[in-house]
Amino acid sequence: MRKISLDSLAAFFEAVSANMPLYLPVDGKEGASYKKWEPGATYSKALNTNKSAKDFFFPQVENMMAFKTEGKNIEVLDIREDVGPFAIFGVRACDAKSFSILDRVFLSDPVDSFYKNRRDNAVIITVACSRPLETCFCKAFGIDAAAPGGDVECVMAEGNVYLEAKTEKGEAFLKQVEAATEAADAKAAEAEQAKIRERIEKLPLASLSTDRFGGGKTKEYFDSPLWEELSANCLGCGTCTFVCPTCQCYDIKDYNTGKGVQRFRCWDSCMYSDFTKMAHGNIRNSQKERFRQRFMHKLVYFPENNDEIFGCVGCGRCLAKCPISMNIVKVMKTLGGAERE
Amino acid sequence: MNNQEPLIPKVGTITDVRIDTPDVKTFRVLTPDGKKAFDHKPGQCAMLSIPGVGEAMFSITSSPTNTEYMEFSIKKCGCVTEWLHQAEVGQQITIRGPYGKPFPVDTVFKGQDMLFIAGGIGLAPLRSVINYCRHYRDQYGKIDIVYGSRSKDDLVDYKEIIDEWCNDDGINVHLTIDNPQEGWDGHVGFVPNYVKELGFSTDKTAILCGPPIMIKFTLQGLQDLGFEKTQIYTTMELKMKCGVGKCGRCNIGAKYVCKDGPVFRCDEIDELPDEY
Repeated sequence: MRKISLDSLAAFFEAVSANMPLYLPVDGKEGASYKKWEPGATYSKALNTNKSAKDFFFPQVENMMAFKTEGKNIEVLDIREDVGPFAIFGVRACDAKSFSILDRVFLSDPVDSFYKNRRDNAVIITVACSRPLETCFCKAFGIDAAAPGGDVECVMAEGNVYLEAKTEKGEAFLKQVEAATEAADAKAAEAEQAKIRERIEKLPLASLSTDRFGGGKTKEYFDSPLWEELSANCLGCGTCTFVCPTCQCYDIKDYNTGKGVQRFRCWDSCMYSDFTKMAHGNIRNSQKERFRQRFMHKLVYFPENNDEIFGCVGCGRCLAKCPISMNIVKVMKTLGGAERE
Repeated sequence: MNNQEPLIPKVGTITDVRIDTPDVKTFRVLTPDGKKAFDHKPGQCAMLSIPGVGEAMFSITSSPTNTEYMEFSIKKCGCVTEWLHQAEVGQQITIRGPYGKPFPVDTVFKGQDMLFIAGGIGLAPLRSVINYCRHYRDQYGKIDIVYGSRSKDDLVDYKEIIDEWCNDDGINVHLTIDNPQEGWDGHVGFVPNYVKELGFSTDKTAILCGPPIMIKFTLQGLQDLGFEKTQIYTTMELKMKCGVGKCGRCNIGAKYVCKDGPVFRCDEIDELPDEY
């Protein structure tokens, strides 16, 4: 295990940046967001970023290919660029887990090369959640916010950041910046991890249970009359989808630049009315149906196809951001009966 | 860098356009060097696109046994299809695929008497299977084809049906149109009713494709005749963007129509939530 004093974090960031671009949560007017580190930039004290870290691998918008057209002829241009190594510092346990969920989608056959090229090149440096929030419920999904994983795992304690490599990639990374860190024993970090686990036990959502959900429960929940009241106020704004670290539905569209056509991919939302609309009709005409699709997918369909892993990591962003205060916790509590102890 | 990217298409050239009906044309597509873009199995689909207009999924209507070219019978009903209907021979488009689970022509269907039932443009995906069965004729039993459309002029592939299918030994073709029409001395009436009138024996494997309402009533009609849902196959259509089970649009229950379908056995559809 290595450590750096919190006072010398800037020197650590500088050492990392000498090797590869480094991204970290930085405070802005409307909260924290991931920014490329530059001298003077400071690591945000916010628990989490507004948008999740999925952007690094599955960006909100990306050009996938271009077309040159001339008369009746078309040329397809592969505009994919080589991605070099980069580091993301400050990833929380929930977002770190979300990567493994996105991997299930994008790295399953046939592999999405856009996603994989970025994923392969990233070094993920997680930070344990010393101050989890009331909206946090990662524990319900088997996540330990005291041991967030990634390639390098950090715990902040006693004015230091304790760093431990969790993968070979993480070991190589720490070796590269060895001069900026010093050797440490694990005591202080382990004591802090124990305290974090105690804090998590006391969170208001600590007892949230996933027991009632999982694969094979389509018939049990699909026709529930409760969807009506749960979705009654949903605006279909899609905010939950956009801040969600595991939502991965996308659209593919063409854009004529005037000098040729770019085909781009962008985030989409099953909450939107035109998501399933096609020339001969729409299979989900009401917001109730669209709302149901999003939660059934996370709580039933995704686990059914993915070894009982849920499509949620309990980051709590949808709890904080939904304009009508509807969220997956309310859905789980309502559908699953009373809050279970 | 991974060189394989499923979303990046190949270029295809439209080498022939056949006008089937007032709103259906059949497009022959080859790579610019005159080859088939890829091999497929009956029931599989391909993504066709026109840069700047959009990309959409179409069933491959030609049989895999056609070694020369691929064909797509396309009804004019949206942005991409309207554009395609304007296209002339020589126009290039893009193509990627094949996508989806095909009909089990080499396993379950082998040795079976086959009953094909199609309505309107629903013949497009079935034509691939029908011509596959005709090519390997000795591997399948008797073949019945029930095909109906609004009018005589709306029957897709009419020439092939009359000149080839109707002349094959062991193939019975039953055509019908919705309303009486001058110059038509065949059957008049809706497909579901016609199927019941024809009263097929229940030892056949049935394949259905057509508008949702036709599928619903024909499925009921077949069950009334004594067919089990496990003997009946259909092919589904939903909005798709990626074709490889990732973009999320064609997700119904735990299935993705693009990769787990589009071909489903009717009892498998019962397992899905009722959204289709």
